[in-house]
This record gives sequence, structure tokens and C-alpha cells, in this order.
Amino acid sequence: MKKQLGQNMGFGLLFLCIGTAIFFLGSIIYFIAIRGFQIVSWDFITQVPREAMTAGGVAPAIVGTLYLTVGAVLFSLPLGVACAIYLTEYSPKSFVINIIRMSINNLAGVPSVVFGLFGLAIFVKLFGFGVSILAGCLTLGILVLPQIISASQEALLAVPQSYREASLALGATHWQTIRSTVFPAALPGILTGVILSIGRVAGETAPILFTAATFYNRGFPDSLFSEVMALPYHIYALMTEGTHPQEQTQIAYGCALILLALVLAISAVAIAIRQKHRKAYEQ
Amino acid sequence: MYRIRERIYKGLFTLLAFASLIFLVGITLTLFIEGLPVFKEVGLFDFVFGKSWYPTYEPPDFGILPLILGSLWVTAGAVLFCVPVGVGSALFINELAGKRLKAVLKPIIEVLAGIPSIVYGFFGMVVIAPFIQRLLNLPVGLTAFTGSLMLGIMATPTVCSISEDALSFVPRSFREASLAVGANRWQTLTRVVFPASASGISTSIILGMSRAVGETMTVLMVTGGAAVIPHTLFQPVRPMTSTIAAEMGEAVMGSTHYHSLFAIGLILFVITLIFNVIAELISRRFRKKLGLGR
Repeated sequence: MKKQLGQNMGFGLLFLCIGTAIFFLGSIIYFIAIRGFQIVSWDFITQVPREAMTAGGVAPAIVGTLYLTVGAVLFSLPLGVACAIYLTEYSPKSFVINIIRMSINNLAGVPSVVFGLFGLAIFVKLFGFGVSILAGCLTLGILVLPQIISASQEALLAVPQSYREASLALGATHWQTIRSTVFPAALPGILTGVILSIGRVAGETAPILFTAATFYNRGFPDSLFSEVMALPYHIYALMTEGTHPQEQTQIAYGCALILLALVLAISAVAIAIRQKHRKAYEQ
Repeated sequence: MYRIRERIYKGLFTLLAFASLIFLVGITLTLFIEGLPVFKEVGLFDFVFGKSWYPTYEPPDFGILPLILGSLWVTAGAVLFCVPVGVGSALFINELAGKRLKAVLKPIIEVLAGIPSIVYGFFGMVVIAPFIQRLLNLPVGLTAFTGSLMLGIMATPTVCSISEDALSFVPRSFREASLAVGANRWQTLTRVVFPASASGISTSIILGMSRAVGETMTVLMVTGGAAVIPHTLFQPVRPMTSTIAAEMGEAVMGSTHYHSLFAIGLILFVITLIFNVIAELISRRFRKKLGLGR
């Protein structure tokens, strides 16, 4: 009897835990969606800001986020995939592998603001890029590198060993096997990882704080070396700068909704693809 | 001909594989080079244990104890929230949720882990802070507690997701053996499954803590930003990360202030590095214990 009671209470507690988690996370999404939908419209997405950030749209910030995200992924994708191929396909002495694996793990744990400091000291100051799209892309690219490596590694490891053996048995060289057999088979998995990392990059604020972002641009950025508006930074700036807190908060709700929708949609798509893909291998 | 090409490709991949190492070393060197002048000018002891942070006063004070304590309080509060809720949710998903519910909950938690920190900061600022201010009748709603709560909510999906992975690694036979000797499901869960995955779960807790210490935008927006040594959870604090983010814009390049912000970055970097190494060691032991190899 007592045993049964203990079990019921315990399970009730666990139910409470997941309830709490879902309540808080759900209410964040609910609040931002309700308030955000009041302001988001076609004009809000396609117009430039007007009247000292109190009216108009946020198109430059959306475009800026797009530039930064695409640039960062273009930088880290080749590096990350190459690193993953080395780790899974060319397994040499385990000492080297251990050092690389350790540095990937530790790089993944570095706080995002520290990446910002690094970008400021190296890309902005030392390389002389200034506060620019280029400096922001490179900083964000380094930030997502560990994520792209581990996703690619997971995808490559999931390719059955028999694929490699079959290719080598037909007389293909090691590189030919990687290029024509292993890589195509792993491609969907790698792409999933890339999509997930896009979601991460789009939402990052701290790394671009001193390397790329600006509160206000007249129009759209015209070169790799211009400052850029970005959605996450724009939310921060709207809440902490400017002289019309009421109107700015409304616009910030709109930006938060767009950002949230963007990031959640991207990661949902990636996770759905992965789920499907994992099943395909299991069967 | 083939052999040369094979060698070239292998060399190329070897080179590129070292990129992460190069970046990690680059970050470490940058922080050391830009941060060390402070230890010379202010002194390591006075910098780390100095009780006041007035970088723009004349004469300035560069003591980061209030900032370290700010980070510590906020992180501790976040852990008190995210560990029970995150681990409890993981246990629920692993033990109580049916196959279909599990197939829905796991990806949802994973998607939620991707909500950008700026969104938590914004939500904390416009919804939670005014609510807490009214509820507890405080002069301001932007306090260490608000920061803890937001960070705790934010870290919950991470803790839950990694803990659930650890739980699902526990072999079925453990569970079956326990049920076979007459334990009920709750006893099996708390005395067999949970202890077997305890080190895996502690990895998730340490990674969650590491994330909370290093989190910037959320604490920047909701902790109020007062650089004083906190006495209760219900007063504004200024954690290390938000100090860097808030002051880098106004710090003159090459000044002691500028260097001190890099030195704070260095200390943060070292703290998270220690967390990650501990997590790595524990998870390696865990995998060995359950015979999972690497």
C-alpha cells in the first residue's frame, strides 16, 4: 500500500516537472506570438524603419541577419565537413584525434561573449575589417564550427561500413570512396546539422555586439565591410536605447516574433528531416 | 598518380582538421595578451578580490568581486530551477511517457533548446520583471532572481535533453532485473535506473551550469546591472558576461578598462573550460561503466 502511494507521489512529482517546463516555455512563445501578431504585417517585414525607430518596418534587420547567417555557414561548412571527414575516415594515431576532439569540445563550451571579444581583437582590430559583416560572419562561423563538425561526424559515422568496403573492393581509392560513396550517403545528415546551426547563428547576439551590429542603417548594407542591422541585436537596442520606449517595445515584440518563428521553424524542419533519416537507416 | 593525389587530399584534411585547435589557441592567446596588462597594472589579487568596480571614475576601481559574485548568484539560482525541473522532465519522458508521447516530446524539447537567448531576455524584461516587482513589492523587477529564473528556464531543455540521453543508455536488463525481484516502477527508477545514469545526468547539469555562467544577453537585459556585492537574490546584480557586453562599446581601446574587460573574458573562459573538462571526464567514466566504448 505504502509502496503504491510512494510511486503515485513520485510520478506526480515528475508530472509536475514536465508541466512546469512546458508551462514556462509555452508561455514565452504564447506571449510573444499574441503581442507580436498585433504588429507584424507585410509592411513591417518589407519596409525600412521610420520616425526614429517608432514606425515603419525592420527589413534591413531581417536582411542583415540573413547575410550574417549565410556568411557564417559558408565559412564554417567546408572547414567543419573537412574536419569531420578527417576524424571519421582517416583515423590516424589516436593522440592527434584526442587533441582535436578535446579542442572541439572546449570550443563548443566557450561563452558567446568571449567569441565577441576574440572577433573584436582579431577581425575588427588586428585584421582591420572594422565593425563589418565580414568580421561578424567570421566570428559567428567560428562559434558554430563545433556544432557543424559533430553533426557531420554523426552523419558520416551512420554510413554503414559495408558501403566503404564495397567501394574499396571495386578498386576505388580511399579518396574516391569518400567522395563518391561515403559523402553522398552522409549528405542528408550533414545538411540537417547545417540547418540546425543556421537556427543557432540567426539568434546569436553577443558575438556580433562589437563585431558587426549597428542600431540604425539608412538602407541595406552594400559591401562586406559595412555595419549591419540584425534582428537579435535590434531587439536589444530597441529595449535599451532610443527615446520612445512604448513604441519601441511594440516593434521589439514584432522582431522577437519574426526571430522566434524563423529559428523554431528552421530547427523543426531540421529535426523532422533527421527523424525520418534515422528511421531509414534503422530499417 | 593516384598515390600523389591521395596524399594531397589526406594532407589537406589533416590541415583543416586542426582549425578548431587553432581557433581555441587563438582565443586563449588573444585573451591573455589583451587581458594581462591589467594584472600588471592593478595586480591579480586586487583585480579578482577587489570589492568595487568603478572603471570610469577618477581614480578608477577595477575590482571584479561584485561581478564574480553576481555571476555566481545568478548561476546558482538558475541551477536550483533547471536541475530538478530538467531532470524530472527527463525521467518523465523516459519512464512515464508512452511511445507516442515520447516521440512528440523529445523533438519539442530539442526545438525549445534552440530559442535564442535574446528572446528570453526580452520576455524577462517585458513580462517577468514587472510581474516579480508587483508580486514581491520590490523597488525594481530587474534582479538576480529574475535573471536566475530566466536562465533556469533557458537551461531546462538542455539539461532535460542530455539527461534523457543518459537515461536511455541504461540497459533494459537493469530495469528487468529490478522489476523481477519485486520492486515497483518508482523504486526501479529511483534505485536502479537513476543511479546507473547518475554520472551521465551530472554531465548534463555541469553543461547546463556552464551555459548559465557564459550566457550573456539574458542576464544583460534582466539582472539590472548594478555592480555591487549582492546580499539577497532580490537586488540588481551585474554578472561578468553582461559587464563585458555593456561596457566594451564605451571602453577606450588600449585603456586599463579595455584590458580589464578582456581579463574578465579570460576568467570566464577558464571557468567554463574547467566545467567542460569535468563534464568530459565524468561522461568518459560513465560510458566506460556501461561498456559503451567511446
